[in-house]
Amino acid sequence: MVTIYREIRFLTFLFFVPFFFSGILFAQDISSSFNLKAVDKPIDDGGAIEISWSLPKDINIEEIEKLELYRFDPGAAEPVKLGDLKPKQQKFTDESSDERKLRNKTPYIYQLKAIFKDGSQITSEKVEGISKIQWFEKRKFVIFIGTVLSIGLILYCIYKAKTDSNFFIRRMVVIDAIEEGVGRATEMGKPILFVSGTSTINDVATIAAINILSHVAKKCAEYGTRLIVPNKDSIVMTVQQEVVKEAYTSVGKPDAFREEDVFYITDDQMAYVAAVDGIMVREKPATNFFLGMFYAESLILAETGASTGAIQIAGTDAVTQLPFFITACDYTLIGEELYAASAYMSREPLLLGSLKGQDYLKFLIMIAILLGAILYNLGFTFLKDWL
Amino acid sequence: MKQKLPLTICFIMGVVMIIQYFVPALNSLYDTIRFWLLVVSGFVLCLGIYSLVRVHILKIRRKAPSWGYSYVTIAGLVWMSLVGFIWGKEEGTIFMNTFFLIQVPIQSTMFSLLAFFIASAAFRAFRMKNLEAGLLLIAAIIVMIGQVPVGASFIPGIADLKEWILNYPNLAAKRGIVIGVGLGMLSTALKIILGIERSYLSGGGK
Repeated sequence: MVTIYREIRFLTFLFFVPFFFSGILFAQDISSSFNLKAVDKPIDDGGAIEISWSLPKDINIEEIEKLELYRFDPGAAEPVKLGDLKPKQQKFTDESSDERKLRNKTPYIYQLKAIFKDGSQITSEKVEGISKIQWFEKRKFVIFIGTVLSIGLILYCIYKAKTDSNFFIRRMVVIDAIEEGVGRATEMGKPILFVSGTSTINDVATIAAINILSHVAKKCAEYGTRLIVPNKDSIVMTVQQEVVKEAYTSVGKPDAFREEDVFYITDDQMAYVAAVDGIMVREKPATNFFLGMFYAESLILAETGASTGAIQIAGTDAVTQLPFFITACDYTLIGEELYAASAYMSREPLLLGSLKGQDYLKFLIMIAILLGAILYNLGFTFLKDWL
Repeated sequence: MKQKLPLTICFIMGVVMIIQYFVPALNSLYDTIRFWLLVVSGFVLCLGIYSLVRVHILKIRRKAPSWGYSYVTIAGLVWMSLVGFIWGKEEGTIFMNTFFLIQVPIQSTMFSLLAFFIASAAFRAFRMKNLEAGLLLIAAIIVMIGQVPVGASFIPGIADLKEWILNYPNLAAKRGIVIGVGLGMLSTALKIILGIERSYLSGGGK
């Protein structure tokens, strides 16, 4: 009887041993096939590791309830659970936050766990990830070279302008029209409307428009013409109030400045357009300035202004809005002319020097384009690839 | 001092912003500065509201042309603020209903004016006064006919011609302007960072 029991135990042992070892082997197979990777997040200021994985092909994704990702911090006994992830998810970025801030150049261990709907689970292999700070974005190397070259050339021309102020700058008809516009309004006894675009102060075009406003405000102050400046952005409004106030002060007429003429309307695009259209129809300004960044409202403003019989001077760097202004306005500053106008009006050598620098840069770009086109057509693609 | 301090801040921030564009290590600094801008905007909005109320109260007092509308503006401002603060701005609240049933249709009406203005602008633009205007007219006709399916089905090859006009002469001119704008922006930004251009600082360039 005892012998029989021994045989049964032996047979049971023989029967289960392969299963036991196959279980271990099977688990190892699954672990290694997760293909878990933890790499430093590229182009960042450190403190982030990107973890990616792919589920083993022999696992049915429908059977998985969720995935759990764990991080083993150096020296910590227990892992930190980074979150419950959807079964279809294949990557996760462990980013810095107050609760789980990652230290740079410190190895972190990651492990993934798949929880099945039947309660079973499998774990992946452990992988190490280290986050690093990137001090230079290599992808922007060409832009960096271009920026250094451009800044260098413009600075050189500004420096040259200090010693040699004899620059030839082609005549801009629009600049003459600005003076003409102010004079016309003065003669007619009507106000001037100045719209510095519908963008925020972050836009360089808005600042360029404010620079022109400074010159226009001075002329208005000299001639005693009312200047109306409606605003879509409250920061732009405060800047413009100061600019106009200073312009009036600089020509010795601080009392003539009316703060209520540089005012805020709304941040809403179409509500702003409606208000400005209303001003144009009611006040009938003799000259309308539309300078800065414009969007879909450009034609609504320009056409309403044209219907009131005002002289209209526009300028924008928005390529899509330029045709509307060219069609509906009397004079238009096209693209870069908007930026050049302030320098042209002030006639300051330093400002004009920068225009010279821009022209040199344009010449260099033209050479690069021509050279690139010729080389590409000859079968040499290295310039195109590098750029 | 009134000008030196802002110019110094402008120079430092300008240089830091140029550097951060190439240095990923400064990404968080960029985000922080953008956050500051949001905070500043919040405060400056109060100045904007003050300006709006002041202008309209002055209009009412002076009985300026169409001063009655100023009552509507102030009433609208007060109404939206009150219902927003009291009942919130979730779906179905008075605030959202006023927004969707009054403001949105008015905005759409303003926007739809574009269709009429485009027609009147096109009439002015396409008058064949000289050779250039004539070329513009011909190009516009080809593009307009080529853009609609019925045009392409009646006139074979017009769709390809339209594509050629848009992708070659049109794109070349557009890129020329864009390159000029890029250089203009760079130059203006540089002048502001270096304090050469000070018109925006209420210094009138002096």
